[in-house]
Amino acid sequence: MPGAIYAEGLVKNFGDVRALDGVDLDVPESTVLGLLGPNGAGKTTTVRVLTTLLSPDSGSAQVAGIDVLKHPNTVRRSIGLSGQFAAVDEYLTGRENLQMVGQLYQMSARDAKRRAAELLERFNLADAADRTAKTYSGGMRRRLDLAAALVVSPPVMFMDEPTTGLDPRNRQSLWEVIEELVAGGTTLLLTTQYLEEADRLAHDIAVVDHGKVIARGTSDQLKAQTGGERIEVVVHERDRISTARGILERHALPGPAQDGCTVEEHTRKLTVPVAGGAKLLAEVIRELDGEGIEIDDIGLRRPTLDDVFISLTGHAAEDETADDEREEAAK
Amino acid sequence: MTATTETVSTATAPRGRGGAAQSVTDSLVMAKRNLIRMARIPEVVIFGLIQPIMFVVLFSYVFGGSITIPGAGTSASSYREFLMAGIFAQTVTFATAGAGAGIAEDMHKGLIDRFRSLPMTRGAVLTGRTLADLVQTALTLVVLAVVALLVGWRAHDGIPKALAGFGLLLLLGYAFTWIGALIGLSVRTPEAATSGGLIWLFPLTFISVAFVPSQNMPSFLQHIAEWNPFSATVVACRDLFGNLPPGYPVPDAWPMEHPVLASLLWSVLIIAVFRALAVRKYRSATA
Repeated sequence: MPGAIYAEGLVKNFGDVRALDGVDLDVPESTVLGLLGPNGAGKTTTVRVLTTLLSPDSGSAQVAGIDVLKHPNTVRRSIGLSGQFAAVDEYLTGRENLQMVGQLYQMSARDAKRRAAELLERFNLADAADRTAKTYSGGMRRRLDLAAALVVSPPVMFMDEPTTGLDPRNRQSLWEVIEELVAGGTTLLLTTQYLEEADRLAHDIAVVDHGKVIARGTSDQLKAQTGGERIEVVVHERDRISTARGILERHALPGPAQDGCTVEEHTRKLTVPVAGGAKLLAEVIRELDGEGIEIDDIGLRRPTLDDVFISLTGHAAEDETADDEREEAAK
Repeated sequence: MTATTETVSTATAPRGRGGAAQSVTDSLVMAKRNLIRMARIPEVVIFGLIQPIMFVVLFSYVFGGSITIPGAGTSASSYREFLMAGIFAQTVTFATAGAGAGIAEDMHKGLIDRFRSLPMTRGAVLTGRTLADLVQTALTLVVLAVVALLVGWRAHDGIPKALAGFGLLLLLGYAFTWIGALIGLSVRTPEAATSGGLIWLFPLTFISVAFVPSQNMPSFLQHIAEWNPFSATVVACRDLFGNLPPGYPVPDAWPMEHPVLASLLWSVLIIAVFRALAVRKYRSATA
């Protein structure tokens, strides 16, 4: 029984660039899948295929049990999409924006009006309801965009990097809204570049790179796969790097795609995946001290998104061109 | 397969009525949106008015005394009569740029993605925009007609025929906004849509009978001018407004001999072709 969002072997090429290279997804009803990946990995393209905006070259997909390729307009009645940049009409007021979307979801003018008022209240936009969206702050626009995606309370929601560019306070309040939504039974596919976001919101995480799902699991499982924690050392003198590296490599945790200790020459920073917590950290400090290596900074760090990528893909998240840049280049 | 739609507190959108009725309401919702926008950015409408008014004044007073209209001789007042249908027609075609820029901006801002993810009829976003442009074009024509009356232009054959002339102008303008829609969907930025929507209008409107009679053009240009869709509407309007001098020789080309019919056919053809192309482009549009 496929889930509320189901995709099999999605392939999409833009010219010579393979944006999707066989994406498989299965999101059970009323759960959240976090699609995690660097820019250009294929997250946005996946969302565009699932929301009927783009036809894949091959593969199949169902949303809310409906075939996306065969019945796109039926799918559209069951989904809400909140995009990467807030897609609201800035010359319309918040209220006018929501009423318009309601009417385009085929609600009557009266229902659309009532629903708009409800959503403005719920998203804390009632005071700004009759101002044009142009005057809204980034966070307000994002909330309006999300409200627009929720006009019909769709059973399946897609959010493409919902909190990118938001300040921490706004991010926090958007997270709360999303959690409320999921508690109400909505199935959600969320793309993000922030592990923290996926950690907090998603039941399951799929890591995408080069148009493929390269890892899947809960955030704990992924972190374990990344090698969990790591030690970061900044040595004072450049010519002691190799000695320090020797020490760190002895404590390195063997992992699938890692080559022990990574070194950033220009910042004199060494990073090594470990398991052993504070006790190990103390031991490393003693050893470095024993060799007379002066340390500017040392710490035990939890894995970040970068670590997930480096460990899973062997490259950092920023190395990639953006999805839209690829599409652009292929035009 | 269980119906996900039964999940607590969520609901699919009501089933659309589908077909023509839904297409009309969707288009009207979109037209309303665009009209609200236009009312909130009046600069665009105002600049759209200044240019044709400037053309009326420049052409009638600067060129007016030097251009010979066959059958009427050289006089500024007979040129003004001759000119006005050309300016009217040129003005309605300039709506192309507005439609193109508006749609390009919607693409650019991600609004087209939002619309394409909604269960609305496919052509409605574009139809709404072109309808709103039609309203704007009509307003522009009213203001321009008043200016034309002030500089001495008259429609001599009665109000019904004059209205028929303006009807043809609006139809031509509407047809051209579909060309604008296609341009808007094909370019990357609103700026490109504005210039892309305007550049080709200059040769199109000048290699025509709008500003000077075709008789004095080199013969290949003469053919182009006489078969130009734009010329058909201009001549049809001169006909309907009674703006042609009695002895004006009718060029030997079918559209010039049947300008009203030719104007209608051209406009309908342009709408049919460019609407189909634009809606197709919209389906696969990517921001």
